[in-house]
Amino acid sequence: MNNIKNAILGLFCSVLMVPAAYAGTLDTVKDQGFFNCGVSQGVPGFSNPDENGNWSGIDVDVCRAVSAAIFGDADKVKYVPLTAKERFTALQAGEIDVLSRNTTWTLSRDAQIGLEFAGVNFYDGQGFMVRKDSGITSAMELDGASVCTNLGTTTELNMADFFRANSMAYEPVVFEKADEVVNAYDEGRCDTYTTDKSGLAAQRTKLADPDAHVVLPETISKEPLGPVVREGDGDWADVVRWSLNAMIEAEEFGLTNSNVKTTCAMTSNPVVARLCGKEGGTGAGLNLGDSWSYDIVSKVGNYGDVYEKHVGENTPVGLARAGSPNASYKNGGVLYAPPAR
Amino acid sequence: MRPSKFSNFIFNRNVQGTFYQAITLSLVILGVYYIVQNTAENMMARGLASGFHFLGVESQFDIGMTLIEYSPTSTYFDAFIVGLLNTLLVAGIGIFFATIVGFAFGIMRLSSNWLIAKIAETYIEVIRNIPLLLQIFFWYFAVLRALPKPKQSIEFVDSVFLNNRGLFLPDPNFGEGSSVIFYLFWITIIISISIFIWSKRRQNRTGITFPAFYVSAALIVGVFFAALTATGFPVSFDIPELKGFNYKGGMRLIPELVALTFALSMYTAAFIAEVVRAGIMAVSKGQTEAARSVGLKEGLVLRLIIIPQALRVIVPPLTNQYLNLTKNSSLAAAIAYPDLVLVFAGTALMQTGQAIEIIGMVMGVYLFLSLFTSIIMNLFNRIMKVGER
Ligand SMILES: N[C@@H](CCC(=O)N[C@@H](CS)C(=O)NCC(=O)O)C(=O)O
Repeated sequence: MNNIKNAILGLFCSVLMVPAAYAGTLDTVKDQGFFNCGVSQGVPGFSNPDENGNWSGIDVDVCRAVSAAIFGDADKVKYVPLTAKERFTALQAGEIDVLSRNTTWTLSRDAQIGLEFAGVNFYDGQGFMVRKDSGITSAMELDGASVCTNLGTTTELNMADFFRANSMAYEPVVFEKADEVVNAYDEGRCDTYTTDKSGLAAQRTKLADPDAHVVLPETISKEPLGPVVREGDGDWADVVRWSLNAMIEAEEFGLTNSNVKTTCAMTSNPVVARLCGKEGGTGAGLNLGDSWSYDIVSKVGNYGDVYEKHVGENTPVGLARAGSPNASYKNGGVLYAPPAR
Repeated sequence: MRPSKFSNFIFNRNVQGTFYQAITLSLVILGVYYIVQNTAENMMARGLASGFHFLGVESQFDIGMTLIEYSPTSTYFDAFIVGLLNTLLVAGIGIFFATIVGFAFGIMRLSSNWLIAKIAETYIEVIRNIPLLLQIFFWYFAVLRALPKPKQSIEFVDSVFLNNRGLFLPDPNFGEGSSVIFYLFWITIIISISIFIWSKRRQNRTGITFPAFYVSAALIVGVFFAALTATGFPVSFDIPELKGFNYKGGMRLIPELVALTFALSMYTAAFIAEVVRAGIMAVSKGQTEAARSVGLKEGLVLRLIIIPQALRVIVPPLTNQYLNLTKNSSLAAAIAYPDLVLVFAGTALMQTGQAIEIIGMVMGVYLFLSLFTSIIMNLFNRIMKVGER
């Protein structure tokens, strides 16, 4: 019943309080001195709290970048953990201002649900994890399997597509909370656990014996994950979109968290000078100070810094960047930022 | 000064009452109008889809347990029906067991045997004070942990299998000639009911008792087996078989259903037990004493004297407990039981974004179920009511 109560509350809020919440988010945020960022309930490497309740991960760093761009301080963010099912209502109801929580950009979400996607910070695809001792080596061997996954996700639709396309039977077992999915899979309720491959890598660290499981090679969908804002507030969407773009472009031009100070002091490259906030006055159009992109790189880092710190090969999540779509276009990936000028 | 006709009119109670009611009603209508108007405008402004068109669109998702034919090419409306039936199933089974267990514990709690009364009391107090959601999780993961994998299933006579994917039972297939058995079965049921009515009437007239229960039980069972033999056992069983990951064929109870109905029944039973206890205690002691003094045995005292009178007190709060159980079944989403809330207010809502329509439909269902249960219980109450003597 609580679910329904929440939904109704959310509805009423979204219905009655909209005029206040949906335009002028940037001004409101500046006035109150912080903003609310919707994150997951704990996906290591993407958005995950430590024992002290400090959030970290590449999704969290998108919010920190927005905060740095607005306030020159990456920590003016309140994090609101949300299940996959709650996330869109929370955004529409004005409970959060940015949703940065491994959310896939799809047509129906963009066009039908009143959301606006501000870019892609991780190119992903859906995969399957199985127990090693099951002897399964390919997703094509999953005929008749019980499949655990999350409610309210693209995952639910993709698996229906996949099994239908390959004329295989399966039993979906769908939980609202990610921890329950992991638990049920760990207890043997399902033969396989399916979600975004990044999610599999992250959630695997929560299993009783991570090494007893293996992610199958097939990728059955495209999951471009990125930050989302409410539709109808273009100025706010611009701030979020360009905060992400600045992180990507900074990497393209070699501006990193560790060299930004010295490089900016002596650069003669006009693109770098603009990113450093020394030329071009890029802040004006966004209603931000000109040092907005400098602050992002110096307080949070460029895309590569953030990637390696949270999900790269030397982290427990261990997702190699080279050769993946998340490499910069300069290295054969698809990560490519429009110019910040 | 004599009051004028007009002031007479103004100060008339009825007129004033109508006036205030009219004002309230128009305010409510205005309020509703404002909300609807505002909602429609805001939804437009944010590019939210609206209307019930989506109900005819292919859902594109699967559901783990379906009582009717369903696939990803079925519509959202089909998904609604699947969820609704799953909710009704849990509620029905839950109410059945909660009633039996609740009555048992309610009566046990009043037992003069100290140990029995204590056991009942402890059960009631413990269960009532642990949040239901925790109990659901507890039973679900307890069930999963206790049961073996499909390959090591517990077997009974090679046809019933139990593992952490559920309970697998043989599914009866009715072949040619089985309709005869069905007809005979219903005929014996009707005959039994007639026997009950006849024996009751005769007892009222003459005081002679008749073992109606045993006679009709023997009749139903006897005729059933006689018919089975005569038609040469036209019933075959589809026995579950281990194929690949799991058992195929037969009937299946998934662990989510078992854990959810178990938790709901056990939880609601604790409340029903208290309702029953209160009902029994409301029957004055004199009734028991009078019944004993005319020589009724203890079991009959309970069945003929106490329970019928107690029921008058029990039924209204019992109805409430049934409604609670039905509404609490929406916690199903936590353990992946595909009820109305999980399937329709969960998956379907997330895929269409049509929160207002979907939540409206789901609330309508729960409202209807509540009203329906109330109506049934009111009818029952009227029938059970003992006439004033
Ligand atoms: N990208 C998909 C799936 C996102 C999703 O919810 N993934 C799960 C599995 S990694 C998750 O984030 N769970 C974490 C949580 O609920 O806190 C979508 O946008 O629908």
